[in-house]
Amino acid sequence: MVKTIHGTIVVPGERLDSRVEGKHPYTLEVGGAKIATVVGLLSRRDDKHVFINIKGVYVPEVGHVVIGLIESIGVTSWHVDINAPYQAILSAQDFLGRPFNPAVDDLARYLRPGDYIKARVTLFDKTRNPVLSVQGEGLGRIVNGLVVDISPSKIARVIGKRRSMANMIEEKTGCTLFPAVNGRVHIECPNRELEMIAVMALKVIEAEAHTVGLTERVARFIEERVGRGV
Amino acid sequence: MGHKAKVTLIDERGLRHDGRRFDELRPISMQIGVLANASGSALVEYGRTKVLAAVYGPREPSQKFMVLPDRAILRVRYHMAPFSTSERKNPAPSRREIELSKVIREALEDIVLSSEYPRTVIDIFIEVLQADGGTRVAGVTAASLALADAGVPMKGLVAGVAVGKVGGVLLLDVDEIEDSMGEADMPVAGAPDLGLVTLFQLNGVLSEEEVERGFSMAWKAIEKIVAMEKEVLRKKFEAAGEEV
Repeated sequence: MVKTIHGTIVVPGERLDSRVEGKHPYTLEVGGAKIATVVGLLSRRDDKHVFINIKGVYVPEVGHVVIGLIESIGVTSWHVDINAPYQAILSAQDFLGRPFNPAVDDLARYLRPGDYIKARVTLFDKTRNPVLSVQGEGLGRIVNGLVVDISPSKIARVIGKRRSMANMIEEKTGCTLFPAVNGRVHIECPNRELEMIAVMALKVIEAEAHTVGLTERVARFIEERVGRGV
Repeated sequence: MGHKAKVTLIDERGLRHDGRRFDELRPISMQIGVLANASGSALVEYGRTKVLAAVYGPREPSQKFMVLPDRAILRVRYHMAPFSTSERKNPAPSRREIELSKVIREALEDIVLSSEYPRTVIDIFIEVLQADGGTRVAGVTAASLALADAGVPMKGLVAGVAVGKVGGVLLLDVDEIEDSMGEADMPVAGAPDLGLVTLFQLNGVLSEEEVERGFSMAWKAIEKIVAMEKEVLRKKFEAAGEEV
């Protein structure tokens, strides 16, 4: 079985052709030349040369749906770790959908440190911390299943083109997957064994995201283990 | 009671006590991703000098007063483990360690794109596990690799090397014995892709001509070491794509 790299591995400081497209700050103009600022992959996509970062830091954007981990409880809000440089805030009023009175209500009744939530980023710029909302379908406390941490830059590969990878994993394991853009994946499986297989499959994708033929290899990986047990 | 053997630093063939030529580096090894809990990490060895670097962040610090509104702060801690030297080193930060923490921070500050992460800190821990000369420059190299492993955007990779003057001869990558018996020690670090020198110190006395010659030797070595860093980073990801 042959695995090959998708393109060329590029390291920080290396020059890229000016036509290469890449996301800021992973490509940068320095002294008239375009350079890579993180480890990434130079690849060809739809007749365009693109630079895809393999390494990077997740920075929230308004509209992102993220999986957050409750870290602490404030007076009228929870402090949430969304795997970003900045801690996010979820207000009690937003969670409850009504005005909140700290004298009467106890926030720990609803969400405690260690709880996971699905939430949307409603406010963020670099002068203030991200603000989250759980008002929306499918958002709120995660009650069942497991949350897996993977590198945020690999989430796109977990989803795949037109959701091909995620659909394949769901079909072969019977699990449901929710990959969030901040590098966390919520999985719900019929049993513990399938849950472990799904987690291992995600870790394989994380390690080999920049290689070709990955969807087929992950499919075979899952089939071998579902057949004989983990 | 034992007697210290007399060490010949440069023999009649011009070879050093460990068999190296005057412009030869010690064997250098590099590994990345050695600490699972860190955002990025690297273990770098220059001969018997062994340095571990760990990067955490960018993240919000617990003490908010220290943040800057427009960029991240690099918080560097250079520390020598008590077992890193032949005599136990007191674990408390010495004046030298405080100075080298500052010097290493300044060697990396202009290279990291800190303006992308305002109001945060990037913690860089450099722990010397075994000291045999050139610990600060090995520390800069390890920190650069650890930052790349953490995915912190940088304008280029940084590396360092020390040039010493021993017995009137300029020697590249001096070790502990050479440094202790030499007349001068000149650590240099920089980013060759950018043509930037980010660390330049001199301990001892060198003429202007010796500084120029020593710097030229150091810069050539820095280019080699940065090429090694690139290779280590590439190999880590190419390994996932090897033919099976």
